[in-house]
Amino acid sequence: MSRVHDMGGRFGDGPITPEDEAVFEKDWHGHALALNLASGALGQWNIDMSRHARECLSPKDYSRFSYYEKWMAGLADLLVEKGLVSEVELETATASGPYALAERQLKGERVAAVLSSGGPSLRENTELPRFNPGQAVQTRTLARNEYVEGGHTRLPAYAAGKTGHVVLCHGAHVLPDTNAHGLGENPEPLYAVAFPAQSLWGDAAAEGDEVILDIWQSYLSPA
Amino acid sequence: MHADGDGISDMTDSHTHSHPHSHLPDDPVLRVKALETLLVQKGLVDPTAVQAIIDTYENKVGPQNGARVVAKMWLDEGFQAAMLDDPMPKLQELGYYGRQGEHMVFVENTPEFHNVVVCTLCSCYPWPLLGIPPGWYKSDAYRARVVREPRKVLSEFGLMLPEDTKIRVWDSTAEIRYLVVPERPAGTDGWDEDALAGLVTRDAMIGTGLVQRPTT
Repeated sequence: MSRVHDMGGRFGDGPITPEDEAVFEKDWHGHALALNLASGALGQWNIDMSRHARECLSPKDYSRFSYYEKWMAGLADLLVEKGLVSEVELETATASGPYALAERQLKGERVAAVLSSGGPSLRENTELPRFNPGQAVQTRTLARNEYVEGGHTRLPAYAAGKTGHVVLCHGAHVLPDTNAHGLGENPEPLYAVAFPAQSLWGDAAAEGDEVILDIWQSYLSPA
Repeated sequence: MHADGDGISDMTDSHTHSHPHSHLPDDPVLRVKALETLLVQKGLVDPTAVQAIIDTYENKVGPQNGARVVAKMWLDEGFQAAMLDDPMPKLQELGYYGRQGEHMVFVENTPEFHNVVVCTLCSCYPWPLLGIPPGWYKSDAYRARVVREPRKVLSEFGLMLPEDTKIRVWDSTAEIRYLVVPERPAGTDGWDEDALAGLVTRDAMIGTGLVQRPTT
């Protein structure tokens, strides 16, 4: 059911090397990030679509690509999917089609304003919160998108079918499961839910340790 | 073009049918260059915007912002209470608002609880307060392991917590961004905001480090 990006709890990765590197280790890293942000500003996709584009890379590509290569690949795929560039243009690195959407180009002088205005996901709630802090809840059994087979979801596999308790109510936020697929924002209450680490990982985890995730109301049922 | 063979047939999930990115050059340097050239030619991307974005995250927005907020919280109880209740109005006032920091939650370390932040599904991170995440934060190893074996992962950062300290790992699965408020080190009474902010490291605000008073 899962996709390759959903790696929380996976075994086999080596130790972490906490080096204090430059913000952009290589020159092209900064360009990869900037191209993603500047293209995103054209308004042809939302953040959930861009996340989904990256996680739809084949497991082979996802594993062999470095971080910003994933961003580049996701961007190229989105640009073609949304009709902003053609596959021929990608292959030849030469523009051939009409300059669609050029009037929406993010100008250099607007960058500071756009980055500092952000893109909040909080919405006026239309659906009442069903759960309160302290309440026991259970996540859906499978970490799957209920609208689109193989679609985007933000419930990691390791937290599916588990029981925890609500620690925070964040208000209503855009639902990625629909927003990633052009099926609307469908905001619903979002909660921080704490799970005892031992309930996720067994006795190897320390008693009293917790893992806390943000989880949408429709992923939850009363426990 | 190639099929990725995962057997999914839903037409709305078109990413799974082909991967246009495979048309780009293999070398990532050339790949970025090709895409940038194309987008600029098409008038979709302004090269001065690319430079402005790079400059923002290289020189203007970074962990110095978060450090400033932590120092203020240590010094001013009223500010601390406001930040723990709803930090967004104060962050807007301070100019520490923006993309990837629209909904902040500050979580405080205490002798009983140590907090650490991850995004297992991608690399969500509070950009306006900490800038662009370091390489290790985006690595498979950190994403995969810190939820399951936080003590072992923290030890790889040289951080050994007392056994009776409980760990809370926050997995940023939504648009809420978490920032760890480290404990103020002993021996810093009377220090001003600048001096305190100078002690607060990026790793301490992710939870993979502690704030320590310099011994010299």
